[in-house]
Amino acid sequence: MKDVKVLGTGCSKCRSTTQLIEEVARARGAEIRVEKIEQMQDIVRFGVMTTPAVVIDGLVVHAGGVPSRAKVEGWF
Amino acid sequence: MTSLMRAVGRRPAPWLAGAALLWFALYRGLVPFSGWLVGLLPVERGSHLGNAWQFFFYDTPKVLLLLTGIVFVMGMINSYFTPERTRALLAGRREGAANIFAATLGIVTPFCSCSAVPLFIGFVQAGVPLGVTFSFLISAPMVNEVALALLFGLFGWRIALLYLALGLSVAIVAGWIIGRLRMEQYLEDWVREMPRTAAVADQSAVPLAERMEAGIGAVRDIVGRVWPYVVAGIAIGAGIHGYVPENFMAQLMGKEAWWSVPVAVLIGVPMYSNAAGIIPIVEALLAKGAALGTALAFMMSVIALSLPEVVILRKVLKLRLIATFVGVVASGILLVGYVFNAVL
Repeated sequence: MKDVKVLGTGCSKCRSTTQLIEEVARARGAEIRVEKIEQMQDIVRFGVMTTPAVVIDGLVVHAGGVPSRAKVEGWF
Repeated sequence: MTSLMRAVGRRPAPWLAGAALLWFALYRGLVPFSGWLVGLLPVERGSHLGNAWQFFFYDTPKVLLLLTGIVFVMGMINSYFTPERTRALLAGRREGAANIFAATLGIVTPFCSCSAVPLFIGFVQAGVPLGVTFSFLISAPMVNEVALALLFGLFGWRIALLYLALGLSVAIVAGWIIGRLRMEQYLEDWVREMPRTAAVADQSAVPLAERMEAGIGAVRDIVGRVWPYVVAGIAIGAGIHGYVPENFMAQLMGKEAWWSVPVAVLIGVPMYSNAAGIIPIVEALLAKGAALGTALAFMMSVIALSLPEVVILRKVLKLRLIATFVGVVASGILLVGYVFNAVL
Protein backbone atom coordinates (compact mmCIF):
# COMPACT_ATOMS: atom_id res chain seq x y z
CA MET A 1 0.00 0.00 0.00
CA LYS A 2 1.57 3.23 -1.13
CA ASP A 3 0.71 6.47 0.55
CA VAL A 4 0.37 9.14 -2.13
CA LYS A 5 -0.14 12.82 -1.39
CA VAL A 6 -0.95 15.40 -4.05
CA LEU A 7 0.02 18.89 -2.96
CA GLY A 8 -1.73 21.88 -4.50
CA THR A 9 -4.26 24.54 -3.67
CA GLY A 10 -7.00 23.02 -5.78
CA CYS A 11 -6.14 24.36 -9.23
CA SER A 12 -7.15 22.38 -12.32
CA LYS A 13 -3.63 21.01 -12.75
CA CYS A 14 -3.81 19.49 -9.27
CA ARG A 15 -7.07 17.77 -10.12
CA SER A 16 -5.71 16.28 -13.33
CA THR A 17 -2.61 15.12 -11.45
CA THR A 18 -4.78 13.26 -8.93
CA GLN A 19 -6.86 11.77 -11.72
CA LEU A 20 -3.82 10.61 -13.65
CA ILE A 21 -2.32 8.95 -10.60
CA GLU A 22 -5.53 7.12 -9.77
CA GLU A 23 -5.92 6.03 -13.36
CA VAL A 24 -2.39 4.68 -13.73
CA ALA A 25 -2.48 2.94 -10.37
CA ARG A 26 -5.75 1.24 -11.30
CA ALA A 27 -4.39 0.15 -14.67
CA ARG A 28 -1.29 -1.28 -13.06
CA GLY A 29 -3.13 -2.86 -10.17
CA ALA A 30 -1.11 -0.92 -7.60
CA GLU A 31 -2.68 -0.38 -4.21
CA ILE A 32 -2.54 3.24 -3.22
CA ARG A 33 -4.18 5.69 -0.92
CA VAL A 34 -4.41 9.17 -2.38
CA GLU A 35 -4.68 12.17 -0.16
CA LYS A 36 -5.00 15.79 -1.25
CA ILE A 37 -3.06 18.39 0.67
CA GLU A 38 -4.61 21.77 0.00
CA GLN A 39 -3.66 23.91 2.98
CA MET A 40 -0.78 26.25 2.21
CA GLN A 41 0.93 25.65 5.56
CA ASP A 42 0.92 21.90 4.98
CA ILE A 43 2.16 22.19 1.41
CA VAL A 44 5.06 24.39 2.40
CA ARG A 45 6.06 21.96 5.12
CA PHE A 46 7.13 19.49 2.44
CA GLY A 47 9.61 22.03 1.11
CA VAL A 48 8.17 22.23 -2.39
CA MET A 49 8.15 25.56 -4.20
CA THR A 50 5.96 24.72 -7.14
CA THR A 51 2.63 22.97 -7.28
CA PRO A 52 1.17 20.53 -8.09
CA ALA A 53 3.65 18.29 -6.33
CA VAL A 54 3.51 14.59 -5.51
CA VAL A 55 4.74 12.92 -2.33
CA ILE A 56 4.97 9.14 -2.12
CA ASP A 57 5.61 7.53 1.26
CA GLY A 58 6.93 10.80 2.60
CA LEU A 59 9.29 11.57 -0.29
CA VAL A 60 8.76 14.40 -2.77
CA VAL A 61 8.97 12.70 -6.16
CA HIS A 62 7.64 15.46 -8.37
CA ALA A 63 6.95 19.21 -8.32
CA GLY A 64 5.82 21.93 -10.66
CA GLY A 65 3.17 20.74 -13.09
CA VAL A 66 1.22 17.68 -14.11
CA PRO A 67 3.66 14.75 -14.29
CA SER A 68 3.97 12.84 -17.55
CA ARG A 69 2.20 9.50 -17.76
CA ALA A 70 5.54 7.73 -18.20
CA LYS A 71 6.79 9.30 -14.98
CA VAL A 72 3.69 8.22 -13.07
CA GLU A 73 4.01 4.70 -14.44
CA GLY A 74 7.52 4.62 -13.05
CA TRP A 75 6.17 5.13 -9.54
CA PHE A 76 3.89 2.09 -9.48
CA MET B 1 2.67 11.22 -31.70
CA THR B 2 4.43 8.87 -29.29
CA SER B 3 6.35 7.08 -32.05
CA LEU B 4 7.46 10.45 -33.36
CA MET B 5 8.58 11.44 -29.87
CA ARG B 6 10.56 8.23 -29.66
CA ALA B 7 12.28 8.97 -32.96
CA VAL B 8 13.10 12.48 -31.71
CA GLY B 9 14.36 10.99 -28.47
CA ARG B 10 16.88 8.80 -30.28
CA ARG B 11 18.48 11.59 -32.32
CA PRO B 12 17.40 14.93 -30.88
CA ALA B 13 19.95 17.29 -32.46
CA PRO B 14 19.07 16.75 -36.18
CA TRP B 15 15.36 16.97 -35.35
CA LEU B 16 15.94 20.25 -33.58
CA ALA B 17 17.86 21.64 -36.56
CA GLY B 18 15.15 20.42 -38.95
CA ALA B 19 12.40 22.01 -36.89
CA ALA B 20 14.30 25.31 -36.81
CA LEU B 21 14.70 25.25 -40.62
CA LEU B 22 11.03 24.46 -41.15
CA TRP B 23 10.12 27.29 -38.80
CA PHE B 24 12.19 29.82 -40.77
CA ALA B 25 10.82 28.60 -44.08
CA LEU B 26 7.25 29.02 -42.83
CA TYR B 27 8.02 32.45 -41.43
CA ARG B 28 9.54 33.64 -44.72
CA GLY B 29 6.60 32.31 -46.70
CA LEU B 30 3.98 34.25 -44.77
CA VAL B 31 3.66 37.38 -46.92
CA PRO B 32 3.08 35.59 -50.24
CA PHE B 33 0.79 33.14 -48.45
CA SER B 34 -1.47 35.80 -46.94
CA GLY B 35 -1.61 37.69 -50.26
CA TRP B 36 -2.63 34.50 -52.02
CA LEU B 37 -5.26 33.69 -49.42
CA VAL B 38 -6.85 37.14 -49.65
CA GLY B 39 -6.80 36.81 -53.45
CA LEU B 40 -9.17 33.88 -53.06
CA LEU B 41 -11.72 35.97 -51.19
CA PRO B 42 -14.42 37.84 -53.06
CA VAL B 43 -13.26 41.25 -51.79
CA GLU B 44 -11.53 44.03 -53.61
CA ARG B 45 -7.81 44.43 -53.01
CA GLY B 46 -6.88 47.69 -51.30
CA SER B 47 -10.42 48.18 -49.99
CA HIS B 48 -11.06 48.52 -46.25
CA LEU B 49 -12.33 44.98 -46.06
CA GLY B 50 -9.48 43.62 -48.19
CA ASN B 51 -6.88 45.32 -45.98
CA ALA B 52 -8.54 44.00 -42.86
CA TRP B 53 -8.45 40.43 -44.18
CA GLN B 54 -4.87 40.74 -45.37
CA PHE B 55 -3.85 42.03 -41.93
CA PHE B 56 -5.66 39.15 -40.25
CA PHE B 57 -4.27 36.43 -42.51
CA TYR B 58 -0.74 37.74 -42.19
CA ASP B 59 -0.67 38.58 -38.51
CA THR B 60 -2.39 35.48 -37.16
CA PRO B 61 0.07 32.89 -38.50
CA LYS B 62 2.97 35.26 -37.89
CA VAL B 63 2.19 35.82 -34.23
CA LEU B 64 1.30 32.17 -33.64
CA LEU B 65 4.55 31.06 -35.26
CA LEU B 66 6.58 33.51 -33.21
CA LEU B 67 4.78 32.45 -30.07
CA THR B 68 5.37 28.76 -30.78
CA GLY B 69 9.05 29.33 -31.53
CA ILE B 70 9.72 31.49 -28.50
CA VAL B 71 7.69 29.34 -26.10
CA PHE B 72 9.53 26.23 -27.32
CA VAL B 73 12.95 27.81 -26.84
CA MET B 74 11.93 29.19 -23.45
CA GLY B 75 10.57 25.79 -22.46
CA MET B 76 14.02 24.36 -23.12
CA ILE B 77 15.77 27.23 -21.31
CA ASN B 78 13.35 26.86 -18.39
CA SER B 79 14.61 23.34 -17.86
CA TYR B 80 17.99 24.82 -16.89
CA PHE B 81 16.48 27.19 -14.35
CA THR B 82 14.28 25.28 -11.95
CA PRO B 83 13.01 27.32 -8.99
CA GLU B 84 15.26 25.23 -6.75
CA ARG B 85 18.35 26.20 -8.71
CA THR B 86 17.33 29.85 -8.86
CA ARG B 87 16.87 29.83 -5.11
CA ALA B 88 20.29 28.29 -4.61
CA LEU B 89 21.78 31.01 -6.82
CA LEU B 90 20.13 33.78 -4.79
CA ALA B 91 20.43 32.47 -1.24
CA GLY B 92 22.63 34.47 1.07
CA ARG B 93 23.37 37.25 -1.41
CA ARG B 94 23.46 40.89 -0.41
CA GLU B 95 20.80 43.27 -1.65
CA GLY B 96 21.67 45.48 -4.57
CA ALA B 97 23.29 43.41 -7.27
CA ALA B 98 21.17 40.49 -6.12
CA ASN B 99 18.00 42.44 -7.01
CA ILE B 100 19.22 42.75 -10.59
CA PHE B 101 20.16 39.09 -10.61
CA ALA B 102 16.79 38.04 -9.18
CA ALA B 103 14.77 40.10 -11.66
CA THR B 104 16.77 38.64 -14.55
CA LEU B 105 16.31 35.10 -13.25
CA GLY B 106 12.60 35.89 -13.09
CA ILE B 107 12.52 35.93 -16.90
CA VAL B 108 13.96 32.46 -17.35
CA THR B 109 12.59 30.62 -14.33
CA PRO B 110 9.23 28.97 -14.99
CA PHE B 111 6.57 30.59 -12.86
CA CYS B 112 2.88 30.13 -12.28
CA SER B 113 0.99 32.56 -10.09
CA CYS B 114 -0.64 29.63 -8.31
CA SER B 115 2.81 28.76 -6.91
CA ALA B 116 3.58 32.29 -5.76
CA VAL B 117 3.17 31.51 -2.07
CA PRO B 118 5.18 28.28 -1.77
CA LEU B 119 7.85 29.92 -3.88
CA PHE B 120 7.90 32.99 -1.69
CA ILE B 121 8.24 30.91 1.45
CA GLY B 122 10.83 28.64 -0.13
CA PHE B 123 12.98 31.65 -0.99
CA VAL B 124 12.69 33.42 2.35
CA GLN B 125 13.28 30.19 4.27
CA ALA B 126 16.51 29.54 2.41
CA GLY B 127 17.87 32.98 3.28
CA VAL B 128 17.08 34.92 0.13
CA PRO B 129 16.62 38.53 1.36
CA LEU B 130 13.02 39.78 1.34
CA GLY B 131 13.63 42.56 -1.19
CA VAL B 132 15.44 40.18 -3.53
CA THR B 133 12.56 37.73 -3.28
CA PHE B 134 10.20 40.53 -4.26
CA SER B 135 12.34 41.49 -7.25
CA PHE B 136 11.93 37.92 -8.44
CA LEU B 137 8.25 37.80 -7.64
CA ILE B 138 7.53 41.00 -9.55
CA SER B 139 9.61 40.19 -12.60
CA ALA B 140 8.59 36.53 -13.04
CA PRO B 141 4.95 37.07 -14.05
CA MET B 142 5.41 40.48 -15.68
CA VAL B 143 8.41 39.88 -17.93
CA ASN B 144 7.62 36.55 -19.50
CA GLU B 145 8.12 34.98 -22.90
CA VAL B 146 4.47 35.19 -23.90
CA ALA B 147 4.32 38.94 -23.33
CA LEU B 148 7.60 39.47 -25.15
CA ALA B 149 6.70 37.22 -28.08
CA LEU B 150 3.35 38.94 -28.55
CA LEU B 151 4.76 42.45 -28.28
CA PHE B 152 7.48 41.51 -30.74
CA GLY B 153 5.04 39.95 -33.19
CA LEU B 154 2.47 42.72 -33.07
CA PHE B 155 4.42 45.91 -32.40
CA GLY B 156 8.02 45.11 -33.35
CA TRP B 157 11.25 44.43 -31.46
CA ARG B 158 11.68 47.98 -30.16
CA ILE B 159 8.53 47.86 -28.07
CA ALA B 160 9.30 44.32 -26.92
CA LEU B 161 12.77 45.40 -25.78
CA LEU B 162 11.41 48.51 -24.08
CA TYR B 163 8.89 46.41 -22.21
CA LEU B 164 11.67 44.05 -21.16
CA ALA B 165 13.91 46.86 -19.93
CA LEU B 166 11.13 48.71 -18.13
CA GLY B 167 9.67 45.58 -16.57
CA LEU B 168 13.09 44.64 -15.22
CA SER B 169 13.64 48.16 -13.91
CA VAL B 170 10.36 48.18 -12.03
CA ALA B 171 11.13 44.76 -10.52
CA ILE B 172 14.67 45.72 -9.51
CA VAL B 173 13.84 49.11 -8.01
CA ALA B 174 10.60 48.03 -6.31
CA GLY B 175 12.35 45.02 -4.76
CA TRP B 176 15.24 47.15 -3.62
CA ILE B 177 12.94 49.69 -1.98
CA ILE B 178 10.96 46.98 -0.19
CA GLY B 179 14.27 45.56 1.03
CA ARG B 180 15.39 48.99 2.32
CA LEU B 181 12.16 49.40 4.24
CA ARG B 182 13.12 46.42 6.44
CA MET B 183 9.69 44.91 6.61
CA GLU B 184 10.61 41.42 7.73
CA GLN B 185 8.36 41.76 10.80
CA TYR B 186 5.35 42.09 8.51
CA LEU B 187 5.62 38.53 7.32
CA GLU B 188 2.90 36.39 8.88
CA ASP B 189 4.07 34.84 12.14
CA TRP B 190 3.86 31.25 10.96
CA VAL B 191 6.15 32.09 8.05
CA ARG B 192 8.79 33.60 10.31
CA GLU B 193 8.60 30.61 12.61
CA MET B 194 9.29 28.12 9.85
CA PRO B 195 12.67 26.43 10.22
CA ARG B 196 15.41 27.66 7.94
CA THR B 197 16.32 25.28 5.18
CA ALA B 198 19.45 24.93 3.13
CA ALA B 199 19.09 25.81 -0.53
CA VAL B 200 20.18 22.76 -2.41
CA ALA B 201 19.54 22.17 -6.06
CA ASP B 202 19.66 18.97 -8.02
CA GLN B 203 22.64 19.32 -10.34
CA SER B 204 22.08 16.20 -12.42
CA ALA B 205 22.49 16.69 -16.17
CA VAL B 206 19.35 16.59 -18.28
CA PRO B 207 19.67 15.06 -21.77
CA LEU B 208 18.84 17.22 -24.81
CA ALA B 209 15.88 15.01 -25.73
CA GLU B 210 14.32 15.68 -22.34
CA ARG B 211 14.81 19.44 -22.70
CA MET B 212 13.14 19.27 -26.11
CA GLU B 213 10.31 17.36 -24.56
CA ALA B 214 9.99 20.16 -22.02
CA GLY B 215 9.88 22.65 -24.90
CA ILE B 216 7.17 20.70 -26.69
CA GLY B 217 5.25 20.38 -23.44
CA ALA B 218 5.45 24.16 -22.95
CA VAL B 219 4.15 24.76 -26.47
CA ARG B 220 1.28 22.35 -25.97
CA ASP B 221 0.40 23.88 -22.64
CA ILE B 222 0.91 27.60 -23.30
CA VAL B 223 0.11 27.99 -26.99
CA GLY B 224 -2.80 25.59 -26.59
CA ARG B 225 -4.23 27.82 -23.89
CA VAL B 226 -3.38 31.18 -25.33
CA TRP B 227 -4.15 30.98 -29.04
CA PRO B 228 -7.83 32.01 -28.83
CA TYR B 229 -6.79 35.29 -27.17
CA VAL B 230 -4.22 35.89 -29.86
CA VAL B 231 -6.68 35.32 -32.67
CA ALA B 232 -9.24 37.51 -30.90
CA GLY B 233 -6.66 40.25 -30.44
CA ILE B 234 -5.66 40.24 -34.07
CA ALA B 235 -9.28 40.13 -35.18
CA ILE B 236 -9.96 43.22 -33.09
CA GLY B 237 -6.87 44.83 -34.54
CA ALA B 238 -7.94 43.93 -38.06
CA GLY B 239 -11.49 45.08 -37.43
CA ILE B 240 -10.56 48.52 -36.22
CA HIS B 241 -7.86 48.82 -38.86
CA GLY B 242 -10.34 50.13 -41.33
CA TYR B 243 -13.37 51.12 -39.35
CA VAL B 244 -13.04 52.93 -36.04
CA PRO B 245 -11.72 56.46 -36.59
CA GLU B 246 -7.99 56.74 -36.06
CA ASN B 247 -8.06 59.21 -33.16
CA PHE B 248 -10.93 57.71 -31.26
CA MET B 249 -8.85 57.06 -28.11
CA ALA B 250 -6.41 59.91 -28.52
CA GLN B 251 -8.40 62.34 -26.40
CA LEU B 252 -8.97 59.83 -23.64
CA MET B 253 -5.60 58.14 -23.54
CA GLY B 254 -3.35 60.29 -25.67
CA LYS B 255 -0.21 62.07 -24.49
CA GLU B 256 -2.02 65.28 -23.71
CA ALA B 257 -4.26 63.67 -21.13
CA TRP B 258 -1.97 63.77 -18.05
CA TRP B 259 -4.44 61.82 -15.94
CA SER B 260 -4.60 58.91 -18.39
CA VAL B 261 -1.62 57.05 -16.90
CA PRO B 262 -2.90 56.94 -13.31
CA VAL B 263 -6.36 56.01 -14.53
CA ALA B 264 -4.91 53.19 -16.64
CA VAL B 265 -2.92 51.88 -13.66
CA LEU B 266 -5.89 52.20 -11.30
CA ILE B 267 -8.06 50.18 -13.66
CA GLY B 268 -5.27 47.71 -14.38
CA VAL B 269 -4.17 46.85 -10.84
CA PRO B 270 -7.21 44.88 -9.65
CA MET B 271 -7.73 43.22 -13.03
CA TYR B 272 -6.45 39.72 -13.48
CA SER B 273 -5.34 38.47 -16.85
CA ASN B 274 -2.33 36.89 -18.46
CA ALA B 275 -0.23 38.56 -21.12
CA ALA B 276 -2.19 36.95 -23.93
CA GLY B 277 -5.55 38.09 -22.65
CA ILE B 278 -4.50 41.70 -22.33
CA ILE B 279 -2.79 42.01 -25.71
CA PRO B 280 -6.04 42.37 -27.71
CA ILE B 281 -6.97 45.36 -25.57
CA VAL B 282 -3.55 46.94 -25.88
CA GLU B 283 -3.66 46.41 -29.62
CA ALA B 284 -7.03 48.13 -29.85
CA LEU B 285 -5.90 51.03 -27.64
CA LEU B 286 -2.67 51.65 -29.53
CA ALA B 287 -4.26 51.41 -32.94
CA LYS B 288 -6.67 54.15 -32.00
CA GLY B 289 -4.25 56.73 -30.76
CA ALA B 290 -3.66 55.85 -27.10
CA ALA B 291 -0.15 56.85 -26.03
CA LEU B 292 2.35 54.00 -25.84
CA GLY B 293 3.35 54.72 -22.24
CA THR B 294 -0.26 54.67 -21.13
CA ALA B 295 -0.97 51.40 -22.93
CA LEU B 296 2.19 49.70 -21.59
CA ALA B 297 1.51 50.94 -18.05
CA PHE B 298 -1.96 49.46 -18.33
CA MET B 299 -0.57 46.15 -19.55
CA MET B 300 2.08 45.99 -16.81
CA SER B 301 -0.37 46.77 -14.04
CA VAL B 302 -2.80 44.10 -15.23
CA ILE B 303 -0.12 41.41 -15.42
CA ALA B 304 2.02 42.33 -12.41
CA LEU B 305 -0.67 43.02 -9.83
CA SER B 306 -4.10 41.56 -9.37
CA LEU B 307 -6.75 41.14 -6.73
CA PRO B 308 -6.52 37.30 -6.66
CA GLU B 309 -2.75 37.51 -6.23
CA VAL B 310 -3.11 39.92 -3.32
CA VAL B 311 -5.63 37.57 -1.71
CA ILE B 312 -3.19 34.66 -2.06
CA LEU B 313 -0.24 36.66 -0.74
CA ARG B 314 -2.29 37.78 2.25
CA LYS B 315 -1.70 34.29 3.66
CA VAL B 316 1.98 35.03 4.11
CA LEU B 317 2.20 38.82 4.30
CA LYS B 318 0.61 41.16 6.79
CA LEU B 319 -1.56 43.92 5.42
CA ARG B 320 1.10 46.59 5.76
CA LEU B 321 3.62 44.69 3.63
CA ILE B 322 1.01 43.90 0.98
CA ALA B 323 0.01 47.55 0.80
CA THR B 324 3.66 48.53 0.46
CA PHE B 325 4.19 45.93 -2.26
CA VAL B 326 1.19 47.10 -4.28
CA GLY B 327 2.00 50.75 -3.68
CA VAL B 328 5.66 50.53 -4.68
CA VAL B 329 5.02 48.45 -7.80
CA ALA B 330 2.09 50.62 -8.92
CA SER B 331 4.18 53.78 -8.47
CA GLY B 332 6.98 52.22 -10.51
CA ILE B 333 4.58 51.41 -13.32
CA LEU B 334 3.10 54.90 -13.13
CA LEU B 335 6.56 56.39 -13.50
CA VAL B 336 7.28 54.13 -16.47
CA GLY B 337 4.10 55.32 -18.17
CA TYR B 338 4.95 58.98 -17.67
CA VAL B 339 8.59 58.66 -18.72
CA PHE B 340 7.54 56.79 -21.83
CA ASN B 341 4.96 59.35 -22.84
CA ALA B 342 7.45 62.14 -22.24
CA VAL B 343 10.31 60.57 -24.20
CA LEU B 344 8.48 59.26 -27.25
